[in-house]
Amino acid sequence: MRSTLKFAVPLAVAALALGACGTKGGETPAPGGTGGAAQAACDLKIGMFGALTGPNANLGIYIQNGVNLALDDYNKKHPNCKVTLENYDSQGLPDQAPALAKKAIDDKKVVGIVGPAFSGESKAADPAFNEAGLVTITPSATATKLSTNGWKTFFRALGNDDTQGPAAAKYIKETVKSTKTFVIDDASEYGKGLADIVRKDLGAQVVGNDTIQQKQTDFSASVTKVVSSGADTLFFGGYSPEAAPLIKQLRDAGWKGTFVVADGVKDQSYIDNAKDAAEGTIITCPCVPPDVAPDFQAAYKAKYNEDPNTYSGEGYDSATILLEGIAAGKDRESMLDFVKSYDKKGVTKQLKFDDKGESADIKVFAYKVEGGKIVGIGEIK
Amino acid sequence: MSTSTPATTTTTGENQDARRPGFKERVNGLPRPVKIALWVAFALFLFLLPLLNIPFVTTEGSDFGGVLFTVATYVLVALGLNIVVGYAGLLDLGYVGFYAVGAYTVGVLSAEHASLPWLLSVPIAIGIAMLSGIILGAPTLRVRGDYLAIVTLGFGEIVRLTLVNTQWLGGAQGISDIPKPPGLELFEVPAIDWSSGAPVVDLDTTSTFLKFGITDFVPYYWLALIVIGLVVLFDVLVKNSRVGRAWEATREDEDVAELMGVPTFRFKLLAFALGAAIGGLSGALFATKSGFINPQSFELILSILFIAAVVVGGAGNRWGIIVGAIVVSYFPERFREFADFRVLVFGLALMLLAIFRPQGILPPRRTLRAKKADERQAILEEGEASA
Amino acid sequence: MQYLLDNFFSFTITGLTIGAVYALVALGYTLVYGVLRLINFAHSEVFMFGTFAALWVVMLLGGKGGGSVGQVIFWVAMMFVAAMAMSGLIAVLLERVAYRPLRKRNAPPLIALISAIGASFVLAELMGLRSRVASWVGLDDNLRDYVRNSRNNAGMPTIIQPQPIFTIGGYHVTNVDILVIVGAIAIMVVLDQFVKRSRLGRGIRAVAMDPESAALMGVNRDRVIQVTFLVGGVMAGAAAVFYMLKIGITRYDAGFILGVKAFTAAVLGGIGNLRGALLGGFVLGLAENYGSALVGTQWKDVVAFVLLVLILLFRPTGLLGESLGKARA
Repeated sequence: MRSTLKFAVPLAVAALALGACGTKGGETPAPGGTGGAAQAACDLKIGMFGALTGPNANLGIYIQNGVNLALDDYNKKHPNCKVTLENYDSQGLPDQAPALAKKAIDDKKVVGIVGPAFSGESKAADPAFNEAGLVTITPSATATKLSTNGWKTFFRALGNDDTQGPAAAKYIKETVKSTKTFVIDDASEYGKGLADIVRKDLGAQVVGNDTIQQKQTDFSASVTKVVSSGADTLFFGGYSPEAAPLIKQLRDAGWKGTFVVADGVKDQSYIDNAKDAAEGTIITCPCVPPDVAPDFQAAYKAKYNEDPNTYSGEGYDSATILLEGIAAGKDRESMLDFVKSYDKKGVTKQLKFDDKGESADIKVFAYKVEGGKIVGIGEIK
Repeated sequence: MSTSTPATTTTTGENQDARRPGFKERVNGLPRPVKIALWVAFALFLFLLPLLNIPFVTTEGSDFGGVLFTVATYVLVALGLNIVVGYAGLLDLGYVGFYAVGAYTVGVLSAEHASLPWLLSVPIAIGIAMLSGIILGAPTLRVRGDYLAIVTLGFGEIVRLTLVNTQWLGGAQGISDIPKPPGLELFEVPAIDWSSGAPVVDLDTTSTFLKFGITDFVPYYWLALIVIGLVVLFDVLVKNSRVGRAWEATREDEDVAELMGVPTFRFKLLAFALGAAIGGLSGALFATKSGFINPQSFELILSILFIAAVVVGGAGNRWGIIVGAIVVSYFPERFREFADFRVLVFGLALMLLAIFRPQGILPPRRTLRAKKADERQAILEEGEASA
Repeated sequence: MQYLLDNFFSFTITGLTIGAVYALVALGYTLVYGVLRLINFAHSEVFMFGTFAALWVVMLLGGKGGGSVGQVIFWVAMMFVAAMAMSGLIAVLLERVAYRPLRKRNAPPLIALISAIGASFVLAELMGLRSRVASWVGLDDNLRDYVRNSRNNAGMPTIIQPQPIFTIGGYHVTNVDILVIVGAIAIMVVLDQFVKRSRLGRGIRAVAMDPESAALMGVNRDRVIQVTFLVGGVMAGAAAVFYMLKIGITRYDAGFILGVKAFTAAVLGGIGNLRGALLGGFVLGLAENYGSALVGTQWKDVVAFVLLVLILLFRPTGLLGESLGKARA
């Protein structure tokens, strides 16, 4: 009988408590921002949505570093009215994303989201953000399709695969003057999307194709394929964890051609890991070279003791837009129009969005690894 | 919500046989109306759980309704895997394969290549998952136990790699816009708000009974609960039938079972097929709720977690594995504040559970008996050795 | 098909080098399985720790490309010492913490798998969080180069520049290829002799054959099990060195996939069988490379697993049959 009691007592208590306290509803005031008031509302939050733990965490942390830097800047300027960061750690997994999105939506103090970081989780979470009218600015999801769903809250602080792919192909054709190009992708949405565009644009000069898998480390079969194809240039669509061992093993096998990659590889860890093999790698990126924003570069280095990494600058920019919105007294609802009409220079580019939420005016730049550093070598026009 | 069975308290000394009545006996001893009332109250409690927002129990870092739905899919998966691992004694490390088959069948049939209604695509998904279980099982179940583990693990990886590399199945982009199930908007249930310290009924936050939207996961949880109820019922019926006894005989000693006239291979295949079907059903529900699937949701690590759920809970005991599934899926969400250390803490917890509850949280009655017999034998042997 | 034949030697040699790594890791699975009948799921992390030990010792000694012959030999020797010591230590610790308490309690075999999974998570996460771990003990400033970016790749300088030694069928076989393949086989031979001839080796075989009789004959089972884990760990350490020489980049989760492959290799060759592990490793490495050549690199793991299923269907106990020593048929 004891267990019955154990079970019944809390229920009874709960029922009593409910009866005593009654109900609420209807008159709940919306906490946080108050429409067009000039006074910035305090205790507001912005969300950081992406992989912060787990195997995909490094990209998320680079972004988060950028976001935190922007937040520090803001809170220094507004010491009496600080904004806090709420982390929504999806581990990059689409199956965790919807519940986290709901959590962000239910927290009425969250007025904007930086993220979701990956394309997969964006597809899972963005419909909910759209329905709730919560602005999201992704600093890193590049799948072209994301902006074609009619999500009014979707903004992208960087170019998509459709802007970068043709530029990479153009560079390979016109500047590298490649006649035999080999194309490898990593089967990810980002890498394959990009590589397919390059394949299409290069047409007949593609002498071979291969697909590797993320987290693969032994590329001996791909190396053999590249070497035996006689290719003078290799385009790899993917991220730095695979690019570094791939180029290292290619160089070890004596391949001398040009290695061309995209922004997923543009981080210092690529050079740290591939070491000498990384020299001469061409990286395309729809981001303005860092020498344009030396202050950001220096501030980042001072705080994290390393150079800004992939998408750190985009994270900083995305957060800055939202923070300026907060400073201008915007709440969740009015933030949407604020972001839509935003037009200022950020650390990565001119921050302005078109009607689909894409960054307007994307320029793709070429970078080269020289002496262990990624240096800009000009815009790809 | 887990009730510990007093029967598992380690009784040392002579009167081991005089067991105190277990939870089940005590419940069975109650008069019938009380029993029904208890069950109804319990079911009601489960249904209202996401709206009660009980402090401490409710997850802070993620939406509780969404988390509960995830927990429910794990419970469902564990029920299916329990048939394979717990009842038939087959170690399956690739169970995520069937989960993926279920999810992708729904995705392909209702969004990617056709637009079948939900009520039709889910049964087909169950059927195809079952078929894939038979296709995998027919050649491999003849392989010995431990080898089966690696073969099934390979199957799970083959399924995932096929999903990543096949454009027809959406590739890495996955499948979007999977339709919602038809709703039945019957009534609204308000949530409870605890922000003032005491519970208050919050009329602003309500969930509509079985209205399947984008931003409210509670109805999906309710749907999953109903499905779990049906599967548990099915499980009870099968376990207590001739089939259940045949599984038990096969698991304990395959050769003897075969000699006694049990067609062990066929029963193993049946277990595999039923397990696969339930896994497929769970995957189908998952695809329905998320509306978007890609291969990332079907990584090998999930199979490992599924196995962990079953073994941690106590393979063979359906209530045990339900608890195990809750442990494996709920705790990482509840303790999000550990942030970076979540996986580390989870790993430690698994090790501690293994060491301090080696039979699982709620081991099946039979295992307990066997363990007692072992202990008694060990005491006897040691006594002889020291004498 | 023609493509594969044209580049046959290239695919073969590179397949053998990665196969050698699989084989050495597979030994750890096979030894433990032979003695305890359990899948040591955390063995992959033993290997992963070895790769980091090899990497760190090179960083510590300031190893870089273009060293003199003497320097290179010293660096590689230190890599072996560090990686074997680290992996051996982790393996022994694993046995003490994750397996022995279970054995003492007569736990069912499946629960050992859970304990192993837990231990695997713990070990991988400790490495993935090494920057945090370092800051707890207040060493993050001193160890910055060793622990930073702990979730990302960690790369090693190429201390042995691959030089073509001879050319076969258009493929330039490099010094690294030869070192890895010959080194792995040499280590296997030593191990084989150790298990066959030494006292401890006989103990291992005795326990594998029949634990109870072995105990009656005066074999200390706990000690034998410990030695088994140690030997398996040391082998994984050697594999880690070869891996770092060939691939040169590791990560906190680098063990997982490799562990799955190595376990596959062990089963392929016949689990519990040392020579089987060697054969299984090489067969798997070759199958992957040939598969990549024939149907595309993205399908190479599929090829490996399909091969496994086929072999098990026709030879249910693996290529060479299972047995540690000549124990079980």
